[in-house]
This record gives sequence, C-alpha cells and structure tokens, in this order.
Amino acid sequence: MTKKHKAVALISGGLDSLLAVRVLQQQGIEVEGINFYTGFCVEGHTHAIRNHDKDKKKRNNALWAAEQLGIKLHIVDVIEEYKDVLLNPKHGYGANMNPCLDCKIFMVSKAVEWVKENHHNGFDFIITGEVIGQRPMSQRKQTMPVIARESGADDILLRPLCAKNLPETKPELEGWVDREKLYDFSGRNRKPQMALAAEFGFTDYASPAGGCCFLTDKNYSNKLVDLWEGRGSREYEMDDIMLLKVGRHLRPKPEFKLIIARDAGESKYLEGYRKQFVTVQVVSHNGPLTLIDGDIKPDDFELAAGVVARYGQGRDAEQVKVEISVPGKEIQIMNIKPLTSEQVIKEWHV
Amino acid sequence: MSRHELDARKMLCPMPVIKTQNKVKELSDGDILDVICTDPGALSDIPAWARINGHKIIEHHESDDEITITIRVGN
Repeated sequence: MTKKHKAVALISGGLDSLLAVRVLQQQGIEVEGINFYTGFCVEGHTHAIRNHDKDKKKRNNALWAAEQLGIKLHIVDVIEEYKDVLLNPKHGYGANMNPCLDCKIFMVSKAVEWVKENHHNGFDFIITGEVIGQRPMSQRKQTMPVIARESGADDILLRPLCAKNLPETKPELEGWVDREKLYDFSGRNRKPQMALAAEFGFTDYASPAGGCCFLTDKNYSNKLVDLWEGRGSREYEMDDIMLLKVGRHLRPKPEFKLIIARDAGESKYLEGYRKQFVTVQVVSHNGPLTLIDGDIKPDDFELAAGVVARYGQGRDAEQVKVEISVPGKEIQIMNIKPLTSEQVIKEWHV
Repeated sequence: MSRHELDARKMLCPMPVIKTQNKVKELSDGDILDVICTDPGALSDIPAWARINGHKIIEHHESDDEITITIRVGN
C-alpha cells in the first residue's frame, strides 16, 4: 500500500488559505491547520471590549475556516518568540511596523518544526495560501524562495494557488500532488480567488487583505512606536500590546501618557488594570476610566485630571471632582476645571 | 474519568482557546474540563474549537460576568 502523505496548512482565516487547503483536499490529501497567535492578530478582542462592537459577529476566522474545511486546527501561542521578529526584522518593515517577510519566514519555520514533530503521523509538507505579487513585500516572486530557504522548509513548502509560477516542489516531484491541478494565480487581482471560492461553494469568507495583523495599521503602529519612545526601550509585554488596542491615547508630557476609555465597555476592561496603573476618573459626573502609563509626578495630577475631565459629561462644568488612585496608596480627590478643547492640544494625541 | 477546571478569566480570545487546547492535551478521553472565562467571544470560539477537534461541549452557563463552558474530552 502506498503511503498517504499529509500536509499542514498555515491558516490565517482569510480566503487564500481556505482555497489552498481545499485545492489539496480535492487531490485526496489530508490536511491539518496551524494558526499562530502573535498578540497582534486582529481577532475578537476589541469586539469583546467596545460597546458599539458588541453586535458584531464574534468569530475567530481561523477556527471558522477550519470548520468549513473539516480539518483540525492547532493554535499556537508565539507571543514571546515573536518579539524578536518584531524588534529585529532582518528584512526590515513593510507597511508601518509590520515585519512582513520575517513574519512569514518565522511562521513557516514554526510549521517546519511542527512537521518534524508530527512526521511519524504522516505529515510531510507545508502549504500556504500565498500568491505571487499579492503583497508588496512578502509575496513577490523574488521573496518566495527566500521564505522557503530561510524558514528551512526548502522544497517541502507548496503554494497551491501559484505553484505553476514557481519551481516544482517535493510533493509535486514525488507525485504526491498533481501539479497540473494546482494554480497559477498572480498579482493583486482577487477575481481568480473569488471565482474559485464560488466554484468550491465558499460564500461567507473573511477578506482581511492584509488586515489580519494590527502591525499593518498606521494608528496602531504609531502607538507602538510612541510606547517605545516614551519608555526609552522597545521591550513590551502582552498587556502593553492589548492596551494599544483600547481607548484614546494622549501624551501630554514625554514621561507619561493617558489611556482614556471611549465607552463603558472600555472602562470596564480597563478596571482590570487598576492594581497595576495610576487611574484617574471623574466621580461627580459620568466619565471614562483612565490609566496613566509611565511615570507621572504628583505635580502633573492636575493636568491629567483636567484632560480626563474633558472627555466626561462634566466637560462644560465649572468644576468637577476627580479621583486619582495610585496603587498601594490612599485615593486622592481633586476639584478641578476641565480643560477646554483648545487646551487639549492636537499633538498630545498619539 | 476525572474533572478539571481551567481559569481563563480576563483573557481575550484566542487565549482562552489556546489554554483550553493545551489543557486538553494533558487529559484523557472522557475527562471533563470546566473552562471559566470572561470574554464572550469564548462562547463561539471554544465550541468551534471543540467541534473541529472532536470534543463535546456538555453545557455552558453564564453568571454575572463569567462564563463556564464544560467540555468532555474526546467523543
């Protein structure tokens, strides 16, 4: 009996990885999925936090894709390992702070490790939904071999959607996969993928188009760079990257910034950080909970309170009562006049 | 068969799913796992994860701000 070869697929939850898996399934290849959680993935987080997002579908697209495909999915926490990818990308950054090419190399190299660990279960090769020319940095004809080489995957990395534009890989050369039934997609035009999706009967797929990572987002990247500059260090923890997704961020002084909740959902989320941060909240009127990230001196409490009061319902009052809580110390109460919109200067907004 | 509990409070998805997945790896078929979480996203993600990986959700209940999802490992 001939050996049955299996593949592991990098699943982002987008259309391309969905199609790549189905193409191989149609050739009788058994596939399992792998999804990496870097901490920067755009998933249900903010849906769970903000009030106005509460009605949005709370689905994890990678899990959804796996269910559509009828495959197992392994979700791997790579938060710690990913720090080095983000902080020291050998190939530099793509759009904003996205270490696009290094990220892909890292993920494929993790898939190589997985294949080695699961080779005894019949796993021999890796597939991705990459398409030549689809991404300006990582998915170009010149970078496809770089990913294969630097990840250590070499000829066991197959891209079913554009394989015909690339040299033959081991699964094709060995006859595990019929190259004639693979595709030759290229470029940013999504029509071929949409047509194939229709042929396979996929209708409700996610179309992130690069939007599966917060690091491709300009505002998020600006906040990340501001965090590093404010601390004088590029170290970060999971809480830091989560908090960049929440609230308005204002930096009235280089040594501290304010994270001001935008609605009750965010205030509730920030409550969980009361023991770690100085917090500021207007108590005489409804207003947002605010965290202070950095080193604030008591002399600056009034400035912070004035800014926070600007974002509460007492913004037009002559005076509001503000509670300032420093972890481990007694709560301070201040009566202050909220800053005017002109006094909250534009440059403070991160 | 044994019963276990996983505290995934304050974690945002997909972390409760990852923690569940890693805990289930340590368990045997037929074991019961109660996952306690606070992210409502877990209500769709953990059952989806269980369906595709061959585990069964026995029940789930919500109280105040917490959700408990009970999983039977294996089929």
